[in-house]
Amino acid sequence: MKLYDSIELAARNLRESVLRNSLTTLGISVGVASLVAMLSLGIGLQQLASRRLQRSGLFDSIVVTSRRNLRSFDREQEESGPAPAESPDLNETARLKIANVSGVVEAYPDLRFITEIRFDEKPHLTMVAGLPYSSKDGDSFEGMQGKFFSSTDAHEVILQKSFAAELLGKPSHGAQEINVAEVARPLLGKQVVMRYSERESTGSDAASFSVISHEMTLTIVGVTDLDPDSMRGSARARVFIPQTLIEGMHPMQAYDMRTSGGGTSEQPIYGDVVARVSGAGKVDAVEQAIKTLGFNTFSILDATKSMRRFFAILDLFLGIFGSLALTVASIGIINTLVMAILERRREIGIMKAVGASDADVRGLFFAEAGAMGLLGGVCGTALGWIIGRVINFGTNIYLNRQGFPPEHIWSVPVWLVAGAIGFAFVVSLLSGLYPAARAARLDPVQALRYE
Amino acid sequence: MALLGASGSGKSSLLNLLAGLDSPSVGTVIVEGQSLAGLSREQLAKYRRHTVGMVFQSFNLIPSMSVLENVELPLRFAEVERTKRGAMAMSALEKVGLSGRLKHRPIELSGGEQQRVALARALINQPRILLADEPTGNLDSRTGTEVMDLIRQLNESLKMTVVLVTHERDLAEKYARRLIFLADGKVVTDQPNSARTPAGVQS
Repeated sequence: MKLYDSIELAARNLRESVLRNSLTTLGISVGVASLVAMLSLGIGLQQLASRRLQRSGLFDSIVVTSRRNLRSFDREQEESGPAPAESPDLNETARLKIANVSGVVEAYPDLRFITEIRFDEKPHLTMVAGLPYSSKDGDSFEGMQGKFFSSTDAHEVILQKSFAAELLGKPSHGAQEINVAEVARPLLGKQVVMRYSERESTGSDAASFSVISHEMTLTIVGVTDLDPDSMRGSARARVFIPQTLIEGMHPMQAYDMRTSGGGTSEQPIYGDVVARVSGAGKVDAVEQAIKTLGFNTFSILDATKSMRRFFAILDLFLGIFGSLALTVASIGIINTLVMAILERRREIGIMKAVGASDADVRGLFFAEAGAMGLLGGVCGTALGWIIGRVINFGTNIYLNRQGFPPEHIWSVPVWLVAGAIGFAFVVSLLSGLYPAARAARLDPVQALRYE
Repeated sequence: MALLGASGSGKSSLLNLLAGLDSPSVGTVIVEGQSLAGLSREQLAKYRRHTVGMVFQSFNLIPSMSVLENVELPLRFAEVERTKRGAMAMSALEKVGLSGRLKHRPIELSGGEQQRVALARALINQPRILLADEPTGNLDSRTGTEVMDLIRQLNESLKMTVVLVTHERDLAEKYARRLIFLADGKVVTDQPNSARTPAGVQS
């Protein structure tokens, strides 16, 4: 029998007992819907998490530290590369080497210091860090009030909004609740005075230096909504000045005291160098290349690896729970088709008597199972999508009440739609295996015996 | 040819063996020089499709299909082009003398009409052998005679062997050229029908 005929006869049979077959199909729909709902929740949450990380703007950055750095000593050592004592200094020569690694867009020393910022005659203690001009287009300045530095060494400053709130005498904790526009309005264009300590070499030995205290007046040009320095954890800066400006200031660094004992070169030694990579996909390779130069590296990708593993496991479990409903539904298909065999014994006998082969009968039941699966898959995916939309809508109402921006926690990608329908189809065909084989084996003489 | 015998004598079983629906535990069935024992299930289905046609006491039409669809059903299994099926079914229905009510379901037809539909279905693949299992058993005597007349007419016009299973001796003697009596699964007598057969005519 041709496929088209099988499908046509199957469709006719499905219409004959429309209630039972609809209920079976509904069962599959619910199964598929639960699978789609579970998986799209998992995918949506994963996308939400990676979006958050991406927006931090540090996805393509690698922090390079020296193995000699005291901070490295109590860390687990890299297996490859030289031991800490033989490893190279992280100085200007090293910075240039790192900058030349293929895939690195720029490498700049991470300069930061804790200091006093005076605004409105009141001193505030905070961490100040240099910000390269190239980070201008980074996602971390999304939603920033004001503008970026006007030039690479302008005497200008960008504040993180929690520090801006502090300057205005508002509570700076609970950064999420600070409205960036509100705190930026009275501050933009105003001036702050920054105190800093310049490290000035005395003689040829880099190890001996004196510290000179300076003050510098800076204009507030921007207030950021996000936290551009979030990768630094507790050491993150809340005040940013242009990288070229901070390099020219030769500020005293926290690690200057630690490295002074061993520093023999004439170049200043950097605590960390940040290497910016042309794309997140190249981070792994660049990290490896820098490690072979003899330095330690850290990137957000390291952190996201474990996150991705977590989501893979989450998706797996959500998928298993979703599949349970589909399993129940597939038992429904088996039941419906076995019932149909009992009911249509005579019809199967007639078909065999007029020339239907075993394969014809099998194909007919297969087509019925497949049709129910396909229909159930399509309806179920639609149902799952609607459930997702409703939950998304509900979640956003909740988020809105709590004062958070709306989030997209639900994602139904095309592959999931195709996969769910295909999966329902295959599961239905598998469920049809036994009934179809049983129908094909039916003895026509017994089936036709006069009842 | 008529197979006669009391119920349980094995005439229907013999017919099923001839139809390839059943296989013997002992012995072989040879139809047109070919042993059915050597055929696979698939080949048996093909044999039923093209070599034999069957009609039954209870008509065995599929109740959910229209008259036309019932007649067309064997063509689906024979993988005949869809476009040709309608005409073939019409011509088969014409041979059995039915032309109207083609869209009706079998239940809406009289017994005689239903058996004609079943006959049309049996004829549609132009089989060389028609196997009829008590075709008049569910019909009143007048309709039964009409159906039997039709079968005889088809036997003559289409040069088609008819194997008739019946327990009515009168019917067999009226229509068959050869009579085989069965009892307890064994052939008791096998004789030409002296009442009807002109000498030399093979059934």
